[in-house]
Amino acid sequence: MTILAFDWALLIEKLVLIAIIVFGSLGIALYTTFAERKVAAILQDRPGPNRAGPFGLLQPFADGLKLIMKEEIIPNTSNKVLFILGPAMAMTAALMTCAVIPWSSHVELFDRKIELQIADINIGILYVFGVVSMGVYGIMIGGWASNNKFSLMAALRGASQAISYELAMGLALIAVLMLSGSLSLKTIVGEQMAQGNLWNIAYQPLGFLIFFVCALAECNRTPFDLPEAENELNFGYHQEYSSMKLGFYLFAEYVNMIMSSAIMACLYFGGYDVPFLDESTLAPNIAALIGVGALLVKIVIFIFIFMWIRWTIPRFRYDQLMNLGWKTMIPLALANMLITGAVILWRAGG
Amino acid sequence: MQALTNRVKEVNRKPMSFMEKLYLPAIFKGMAITFSHIFKKKPTIQYPEQKREFSPVFRGLHVLNRDEEGRERCTACGLCAVACPAEAITMEAAERLPGEEHLYREEKYAARYEINMLRCIFCGLCEEACPKDAVYLSETFAPANYTRKGFVYGKEDLLIPNPKTDPQGLAEARGQHI
Repeated sequence: MTILAFDWALLIEKLVLIAIIVFGSLGIALYTTFAERKVAAILQDRPGPNRAGPFGLLQPFADGLKLIMKEEIIPNTSNKVLFILGPAMAMTAALMTCAVIPWSSHVELFDRKIELQIADINIGILYVFGVVSMGVYGIMIGGWASNNKFSLMAALRGASQAISYELAMGLALIAVLMLSGSLSLKTIVGEQMAQGNLWNIAYQPLGFLIFFVCALAECNRTPFDLPEAENELNFGYHQEYSSMKLGFYLFAEYVNMIMSSAIMACLYFGGYDVPFLDESTLAPNIAALIGVGALLVKIVIFIFIFMWIRWTIPRFRYDQLMNLGWKTMIPLALANMLITGAVILWRAGG
Repeated sequence: MQALTNRVKEVNRKPMSFMEKLYLPAIFKGMAITFSHIFKKKPTIQYPEQKREFSPVFRGLHVLNRDEEGRERCTACGLCAVACPAEAITMEAAERLPGEEHLYREEKYAARYEINMLRCIFCGLCEEACPKDAVYLSETFAPANYTRKGFVYGKEDLLIPNPKTDPQGLAEARGQHI
């Protein structure tokens, strides 16, 4: 009878939360593709897609339907298992990140206190890094299993780029961890929300810059979209893919963008904190709703900046990318870490 | 080294300065430029709903004219076909029979008059060559079609509505053409 003693309500609560968050982020990703096209168009003095539905709002569904209806081609020289595993892993890794993101404080429903976070694990940010590193396998396996030279080249680029920039990203993060003294994203956000504390961006401007640039590289966004360099690699690591497998790769990129925006918002911009508002004076449910809204606004702003950059800056050359990663980002991140540590020690001592 | 032409441009191969190596100033400058484009007026014309205004001298699709009484002006003299540099015009002449005076202005008329719009270069030489004021270039252009045959416009496509029997149609066409 031990199984009945299990907290079933908690299970249901978490399942509902997971469903909402996963489908929510997929929905947002759907509309991010639309936003990308719209932003690109507006920055280029065009109106963008505006035929499907009012303001073209049904365009993502049309695109999705098109991808699903396309013929599914698996090249006969490819490794079939890995060929299918590639996009699946890319998508899984992208979606898994959302487990530790604190979407807001807690709501009180049916006499239960429901945390709006799937899992508040004490190594939250480490988990994020682990999962993000898994995302590289999606690119790598997909590119390798295609049995195509261009795909393989792109996969190699993607892997080396992700590894190089993860280092600087991790080092930039250590400075944040020194400030908050915790790996849990909830604690990091809580620290920034506390009275008298500013958002981490105020203490870590350089760290944020490094983190942001590395996030661009991790998401394979311009100016670091070398794995998808059409003019050198035809199409990139997903060249042999068609139909929804290609859709998964493209979609995973957008989900990654949302997740890295959410993480940047949590680490440096106070997560679900609204500036100049004391959440503790509000009813918890209202505060939670406002929090979700605040986090979403921050995510949207970050996504816009991602796109804005994409439609402004040309792609880096491969050697420039590596130079920037190893000779600039990592030393800068190290210096940032040392200075942060020194200041913390000095303030603790003085 | 002696330059071969006077259009030689020195390539600056100096290593990047510190400010350039930072990339950021240049990036922000570029981003400011793209941001300013958000507020620019979009030159797009929403085509099927909105149409571009053409100048009165625009040379578009041909029309075959009728006179005030609704009679075809064309006498199938073939001068337009001779003038056509793209050889897009074909015609067959026929003699007007007694009782057809209300249809054709002169004793001879074009039984078949075809212009291949894929060959036509819209130069307007046919318009200039026509001694009878019969062929004119209007302000519309050929819409898309599924087959090559669809671009061969016959008399029924080219003739303007009869001002006697269909004055309303003519007024509508005038709003768009001529």
